[in-house]
This record gives sequence, structure tokens and C-alpha cells, in this order.
Amino acid sequence: MSSSTHISSLKSYLNVFWTLMALTLLTVVVAFFDLGPFNIIVAVSIASVKAYVVILYFMHVKYSNHIIWLTVAAGFIWFVLMLGLTIADYATREWIPYPEAW
Amino acid sequence: MAADQHSPHLAHHFDSMEQQQESSSLGMWLFLAQEVMFFGGLFVAYAVYRFKYPEAFAVASSHLSLGWGAFNTVVLICSSLTMALAVRAGQLGDKRGIIRYLLATIFLASVFLGVKGVEYTEKYNDGLMPGPAFEYTPDFDRYTVPVTAETAPPNFVGNVQLFFSFYFVMTGLHALHMVIGIGLMIWLIVKALRDRFSKEYFTPIEMTGLYWHFVDIVWIFLFPLVYLVWRH
Repeated sequence: MSSSTHISSLKSYLNVFWTLMALTLLTVVVAFFDLGPFNIIVAVSIASVKAYVVILYFMHVKYSNHIIWLTVAAGFIWFVLMLGLTIADYATREWIPYPEAW
Repeated sequence: MAADQHSPHLAHHFDSMEQQQESSSLGMWLFLAQEVMFFGGLFVAYAVYRFKYPEAFAVASSHLSLGWGAFNTVVLICSSLTMALAVRAGQLGDKRGIIRYLLATIFLASVFLGVKGVEYTEKYNDGLMPGPAFEYTPDFDRYTVPVTAETAPPNFVGNVQLFFSFYFVMTGLHALHMVIGIGLMIWLIVKALRDRFSKEYFTPIEMTGLYWHFVDIVWIFLFPLVYLVWRH
């Protein structure tokens, strides 16, 4: 079934909407607790779940064909590569001291 | 189906309406994957500097209004819902529904941009606009962030300014995408009024919907990253 022939019910859209609202409330509430380094991890995880729900239901990817899935996955994987490799560089630069002048 | 019976919306290089629609979807998703990299570069740069200057970023973020940020997040999620319903109206061939939901989405988008305008003005008046007008005196006694005049890294004020550079560029670029989205929706309403859409052809509405939800997703990440750095 193609993405444009599947018609989601009004109720399913409202369910997605309330899920997004609940997660927004959760991300604000969690920000008031000191979780140390986990604050950012929790915030980004909640945002990722919200994005996943939007992509799947509002953007109809759940009902789309495999080449759409592949394109979405490519966008995600390339972004994670860019982020991961850059952070891996900056986070480890000072692990080994800079050599003295010789 | 004989050539003279096919839908007037079917371009001749496609076999069927379904194939034509799937090609449009693929093209739109490729564009959005490119947009991920476009915004992605900024997110990665933000991550690097937040990692490097955690105190300055936490202090700077606490100057943003959490209330406005949360309010705008709710407004934008509502606009995503109305946009999803506009696409659904397109699927059902409901012309009045298309126009009604698109107008609702434009209204919510305008509210979002209005709030953004209020926030930008506030920040400008507080001297937090990066550039020659930037004027910030740290008040270490009032911060909840554990940083004092003695422990503050060199160029602390410069790093606070850096956070605001990210704030203005990222939210500004996001706002620009919303302005473009509003333009697209006005174009869709004109097309709908001229009866250009039907149950079998509403691809422009569907593609604008994908674009709009993408803009929503960018904000879903921006909100916790710029407004919720240090709230405990």
C-alpha cells in the first residue's frame, strides 16, 4: 500500500498528538532534576522518540515503501556518522598530551 | 487504460498515478535527507562547543525564557496536527477541510513566529544579540551553574556570546523555514480554491506536509538543546 492511499483515522492522529504533548511535558519536568551527564542524554532521547513518532505517523513512513525507509535511514545514519566522528575527535584530543617542542 | 482516458494530472513519463506519487515522495525525502545534513552541521558545531564550554552554555541558556520556548513547542506540535489533518482532508477529497486546516496551520505558524519576534526583541534589548551590540556582565553570585569568577574559564563572556550566536542562527534558520512553509501553504490554498485537487491528486499538499513535519522535528531537538541546558 502506498503512503497516499492509506488514510489514518482522526483518532490515531489525536493519539500521536497527545503522545507528543506528554513527551514535551516530560522533557521539561526531567530538566528540573539534576541527572549529571544524563540530563543531555535523556533530553536527546526524548526528542528522538518524538521525532520517530512524527516520522512514522504524521509523515506516513509506517505505510511507505522500502525505498522511503532507506532514504530516511540514510539521512539518520549520515548524521550520526558526522556527529559521532566529530565528537570522537574533539572528546579525545587531550587524552594524549601535546608533544613538547623538539 | 487508454492514453486518452488517463487522469489529467498524470504526467506522460509515468505509468500510473501511484508511480507518479511515489516518485514525488522519494524526491521529497531525498530533499529532507539533505536538509538533515544542512541543519546537522549546525547541531554538530553546537555539540562541539557545548562540550568545550559547558559552564558558559549553561549560563547563557538560563537567560532564555523557558515559558516562551515550551509554549512555542506546544504551538508547533498543534500545527503539525492541523497539517496532518489537511493532508487527510486531501486524501478524502474534502476541499473545505483542506482550506480550513491549512488556515489553522498558518495561524499557528504565525503565533510561533510572533513569539519568536518577542523573544528576539527581548534578547536584543538585554544586549544579548551577538556582534557589536553584545554587552554582558557576568553575575556569578546569581548563577545556579557552579561557576565563580575564579573558576570561570578565560573568555567566559565570549563563550556566552558564542551560545547566542548558535541560538540566533539555528532558531533563525528554523524560522526562515517556517516562513517558506507559510508561503507554500498560501499557494496550496489558492490551488484548492481553484479546484486543482481531488481524491486522486493532492501530491503538493502531501509534500508540503512532509516539509512542515520536518520543520517540527528540527524544533523538537532545538527546544531541549537551547532552552533546557541547565534548569535544575
